[in-house]
Order: sequence, then structure tokens, then C-alpha cells
Amino acid sequence: MRYIDEYRNGQYARTIAGRIRATVTHPWTLMEICGGQTHTIVKYGIEELLPENITLIHGPGCPVCVTPTELIDKAIGIASQSDVILASFGDMLRVPGSSKDLLTVKAEGGNVRILYSPLDAVAIARHNPGKEVVFFAVGFETTAPTTALAVREAARLRLRNFSIICSHVLVPPAVLALLSSPHSRIQGLLAAGHVCTVMGYEEYVPIATTYRIPIVVTGFEPVDILQGVYMTVKQLEEGRSEVENQYARSVQREGNVSAQKLMQAVFDVTDRKWRGIGMIPNSGLMLKNEFAEFDAELRFDTARTTVEESPLCIAGEILQGMRKPPECPAFGSQCTPERPLGAPMVSSEGACAAYYRYGTVKPERKEAGLLQEGRG
Amino acid sequence: MCLALPGKVMTIDRLSKPTMGKVSFGGIRKDICLEYVPDVKIGDYIIAHVGFAISTMDEEEANKTLELFDEINRTED
Repeated sequence: MRYIDEYRNGQYARTIAGRIRATVTHPWTLMEICGGQTHTIVKYGIEELLPENITLIHGPGCPVCVTPTELIDKAIGIASQSDVILASFGDMLRVPGSSKDLLTVKAEGGNVRILYSPLDAVAIARHNPGKEVVFFAVGFETTAPTTALAVREAARLRLRNFSIICSHVLVPPAVLALLSSPHSRIQGLLAAGHVCTVMGYEEYVPIATTYRIPIVVTGFEPVDILQGVYMTVKQLEEGRSEVENQYARSVQREGNVSAQKLMQAVFDVTDRKWRGIGMIPNSGLMLKNEFAEFDAELRFDTARTTVEESPLCIAGEILQGMRKPPECPAFGSQCTPERPLGAPMVSSEGACAAYYRYGTVKPERKEAGLLQEGRG
Repeated sequence: MCLALPGKVMTIDRLSKPTMGKVSFGGIRKDICLEYVPDVKIGDYIIAHVGFAISTMDEEEANKTLELFDEINRTED
């Protein structure tokens, strides 16, 4: 396919990898934020192309993985009611709540549907006036505008049987939380290209300046990732800490202004708990008061649960880039995609699922990553 | 979740609410919401995420990058 195949070209990849090798004189640790990028890195064996002293650590960019268990339990409670159709993206349905996942609710007779687009949920509500249609809305800034438009459509059509469980989260507050951690080893960041397609990248400029780290907005194909690594490493070697844009074919500095406008019209920013990480201030989106009638958490009386995660699962450390999946004692034994202990093993963007699926483990690299100290 | 793919806009229906269009992904046509790319034209490439175009591909930028790679390959051969 045009504009995909070119960016999977092995000759280009080897050329850029050669440039990286010729540039690097120090060991550097970079984090790619987005789980989609993690999958590309593991699937195409990108670490094998990089010099030994470049370490890639994987970030929290898996919205399904960081959706709190309490919210999944709430969705399960709502989906179990007889007059409800609950709809979400396929990934969300397989993430374990405290006792089961949403696919199990479906198997037990619940009306749970997999969506392609949030607008499908609006169409389901139109065609099923006798049912309550609840859209379990997850995703970063890339996805939030699509939910915003679905809510605006529901308002325009005066749908009384449509509501959402809103679990949208924002990337920059999570990046700030990671960088301000005393455990941070991050010396350079590959920012998520599709989040920046919507939001632009001006909000990363103060982060790069404050923490003195280069940030390169990066795409998702193997050549994109290698070029993003090259641009980041070049900055590190030259002592620069700027925001640069590798993914210029999709990302503009100001982002997609019409998408941002509708997001701002529909959502307010709020504090949000991230599964495995904890509360991050100003990192979530909630419906504005004028759209409160579409808030499923207000519409349905659901019991609050307190949840304990499996003591074996180290998903929190994995999502913060502190450890890699093969370092988990449960990886591939007690925890597999069929019987996951934590969300990163189920999601198509989860780091554990990527390592399990593509199975590239280099023990010597693992040790190098563990021993390496951050620049502080 | 943030998966998005480039596709070529084949039709645009500006009368529908929201604006929709048919987009071809390697020959497979899908209905895509074009509300967030108000200036899009037939024949443009867009980047689609969960049924929405989130940007119009800057083909000049895309080709510039590829030409740069070709040039590097030539000089290093």
C-alpha cells in the first residue's frame, strides 16, 4: 500500500541504522511512548539493527492497559443489565476486570458489541430505541475527537438512549509523571505520531526544555522509528534538547485544530487514575456539564469496587518503562494472551503481548538495560 | 488504539451529517468520517483512525523524506 510499503523498505532501514551507528559515541536510553510503536519495534526486530549502547524502553502508550480495573468492573456491571447494549473497541473487551472481562459477559448472554467507529454506537442507539446503548470510550488524544463527534451527533439527534463511559487519557501529563520520577532512565523521547497529529507538538516544547531531553515526534513504520531514533540520538550527541518532527507527512506543529475544538467543546480535563501507575493530575477527559446527560456513570447506578491486582503482575513497572516483559516471572507461564494476569498481555498495543507474539528476547540486552543508569 | 492507516479519498458526501466519504485502503473501500479534514479533496490521501480521517497526508513531505533516503543510498553505495 502506498505510503506504507516505502516506510517498511529494508534498504532504507539499514541505511538509517548505519547512520545511527556512525553517530553514537555514548550509551543512550530512549523511550517510545506509544504501544503501537512498541509493536513495530519488537515485530521488525529494530533493536537488532541498533548499536548495543542504544536501549529502547517502552512507555505507557496503551490506553486499554491503563484503564482502571474499577472502570472495567463498572462497564461489566452495566453490560450485565438486560436492557443494555454495551459497545467498545475489540481490545477493551478482552482486558480483565477484577473477576472477568466483557467478552465473558457476552458469552453469558450480555449484549456486548465490537465497534469499528464510535459513530457505529450512535447508529446502534438510533436503531434500538428500546435499549440503552453505552459506548465504553477509551483512547488517547488520537481517539478522543472521534468520541466527541459521536456525543455531538447524539445531542444533535436528541438520542435519549445513548451514553458513554469516558476513559480518555492524555499523554503529556503521563510523560511529565514519568520524567519527574526518581527512577526515570529516559534520556530521549519518541513522541506518539498520531496523538501529535491531533494535538500538534507545542505542548512538548516546555517538557523538552525543563527536563533537557530531546523529543522527536515519530511515526509507526519501521523506517519512521529508525529515523526518529536517529534524530533523537543526533540531538543527544550534539547536546541539544529540542522538539523535532520526524512524522511531518501527518503532523503539523499546531495539530488538527478542528478536532481540538470539538474535543474542547465536549470534554473538560480531570485527574485520572492510570492502572498500574496511579493518579496523574489533569491526565483524563470527562464530559462537560452540558453533556452530562450522556454520562453513563451518572445514568447507571453501579457499585463501587475496590480492586487488588495480581501480586505476580508487574504491569505498572512495565508501563513506566522500568522493566521489560521477559523480566516478569509470570511472563509466558502464568500469564499468556489466553490467560492474562494484566492488560499489557492482551492489548494489541501492550508491551507483553508484543514480546509474547514476536518472541524476541536477547538476555544480554536485558541485563544491559537493567544495569544502565539514567542521566538524571 | 492509536493505529491509523493512509488511504485515498474516492468520494466525498458534504451533504451528510457529519461529512462522510469512501476511502480506499489498498483497494478496500471504507466509509470514513471526513469532518476533521474540512479542506480534503478527492484523490487526497488521508490518515484514518477508528473510521475518522485525522489528517490529510502531506504528500510533498512524504516524498521529500523518501527522496532523501534515496539520495543517502546513492551517495553511500
